[in-house]
Amino acid sequence: MIEIENLTVVFGDSDNRVTAVDGVSLKVAAGESFGLVGESGSGKSTILRAVAGLADSTGSIVINGQKQGRKRDRNFYSQVQMVFQDPFGSLHPKHTIDRILTEPLVVHDVPDREAKVRAVLDQVQLGPSFRFRYPHQLSGGQRQRIAIARALILRPKIILLDEPTSALDVSIQAEVLNLLDDIRNELGVTYLMVSHDLGVVAHMCRRFAVMRQGKVVEVADSRHLGTGTLEHAYSRQLLVASKGYDRAVIDAFADL
Amino acid sequence: MTDTPVLEVRNLNVRFDTPKGEFHAVKDVNFTMGREKLAIVGESGSGKTQTGRAILGLTQGHITADKMAFHGTNLLDLAPAQWREIRGKRIAMVMQDPKYSLNPVMTIGDQLIEAGKRLLGTDGAHKRALEMLEAVKIRDPKRVFNAWPHELSGGMGQRAMIAMMLMAEPELLIADEPTSALDVTVRLQVLAILDDLVKTRDMGLVFISHDLNLVRTFADRVLIMYGGRVVEELPAKDLMNATHPYTRGLLACAPEVDRPTKRLATLTRDPAWAQSPGGTR
Repeated sequence: MIEIENLTVVFGDSDNRVTAVDGVSLKVAAGESFGLVGESGSGKSTILRAVAGLADSTGSIVINGQKQGRKRDRNFYSQVQMVFQDPFGSLHPKHTIDRILTEPLVVHDVPDREAKVRAVLDQVQLGPSFRFRYPHQLSGGQRQRIAIARALILRPKIILLDEPTSALDVSIQAEVLNLLDDIRNELGVTYLMVSHDLGVVAHMCRRFAVMRQGKVVEVADSRHLGTGTLEHAYSRQLLVASKGYDRAVIDAFADL
Repeated sequence: MTDTPVLEVRNLNVRFDTPKGEFHAVKDVNFTMGREKLAIVGESGSGKTQTGRAILGLTQGHITADKMAFHGTNLLDLAPAQWREIRGKRIAMVMQDPKYSLNPVMTIGDQLIEAGKRLLGTDGAHKRALEMLEAVKIRDPKRVFNAWPHELSGGMGQRAMIAMMLMAEPELLIADEPTSALDVTVRLQVLAILDDLVKTRDMGLVFISHDLNLVRTFADRVLIMYGGRVVEELPAKDLMNATHPYTRGLLACAPEVDRPTKRLATLTRDPAWAQSPGGTR
């Protein structure tokens, strides 16, 4: 469904060039939920932005059998949608929920808009009463449901999830992750999900890539995390760190 | 623990006047702490930050309490001049995000010197600033001393913040989500610095966090707040045996790598949690 070959993204000009993504190759099957995990600056979000056509890249990106060029067409965006990290910044503050959800339908000239808005609100477990509210009248978790609804309303085949729950409280995170799970089981969409939280990625994704300084250091299977069979020392360090504070192991942390 | 507690708080309340009426952010909070790592945990809006800020009188809300004593001194009766002898000197605070809490137009060194100048004089503060940057495990203290905040990574900035708070050798450090903006390995390294400081300097630490898993492994004792109240208080090592349904619910709904579940537990909130009287049991 998603095939990335030798993807490289470079920011800046000659003097201060930053290679944010450095020759990454990945394959994600249809209906799979694939994770990208790493610390800040590892290039995980930049991969998502490159797939979405929001960052210039070299290498090849093939979505659903179609090689993507520099510009994405409208058809691409009906197949690929994105959910961003910050539910406070990603919804237009002066548009009602109804207008936010209708906009993709207008852009893609989809008929029967009201019914679709009602249906998608139902799907993200918010009632029709939310249609005429504004984002500021919603909690963080409700806003993120709206962002998911907006991504979902065009019935895309792929949803790119950029830290979808890192701005939320842990109890709200559980609800949103369960919702994302339900949607994938019901509709068979493919997820490419970025998170800094190994626990979240292990829960949501069978396979995930550990990233560091623009490179994939390892593609691992989350079922193996419990037994600790990670190959790369950096991934093992991330795993140890995700289990909480242990004074004894911290001095052993290296800038691997 | 020494005989007189470092901090004793009895029936702390913080209220805000809003156009929609009074908002009661902190309700009847009680705790006593010695030279230990006390964690205050809760979700957003639970009142944990307001509790931390109230100790230093740094809130817009109205603070009332039967008692809020720091080494026996009642903080509620202090005049502004007396507050200045305590704030930043004997009780210091580290905020969440170094990007917003450091002065962007002053070098790190100047900011550290400013924090220690009144106590140590400019030369003394200069020397101590370099020592403190070293104490927080910054590899090249001179470079960081001369750097501007925007030139530092998040982890470095947070270490510089902690170094600044230590300039006056406080007896109590209030750290409000000091590591939430940091990457996980850097987070643990910064926590190790705080941990070592508590041990070597005999300091008390109020550690405000939303991360139960982190607190369980880092703190000595934990207060769990919900809706402005302390709903449970227990030693960190007993957190897995917590009895309050809110604490248990919070522990259950976090995904963990070595406890895989098909579906995450969700929290059903009981309005009674915010009603029942809180405090020490």
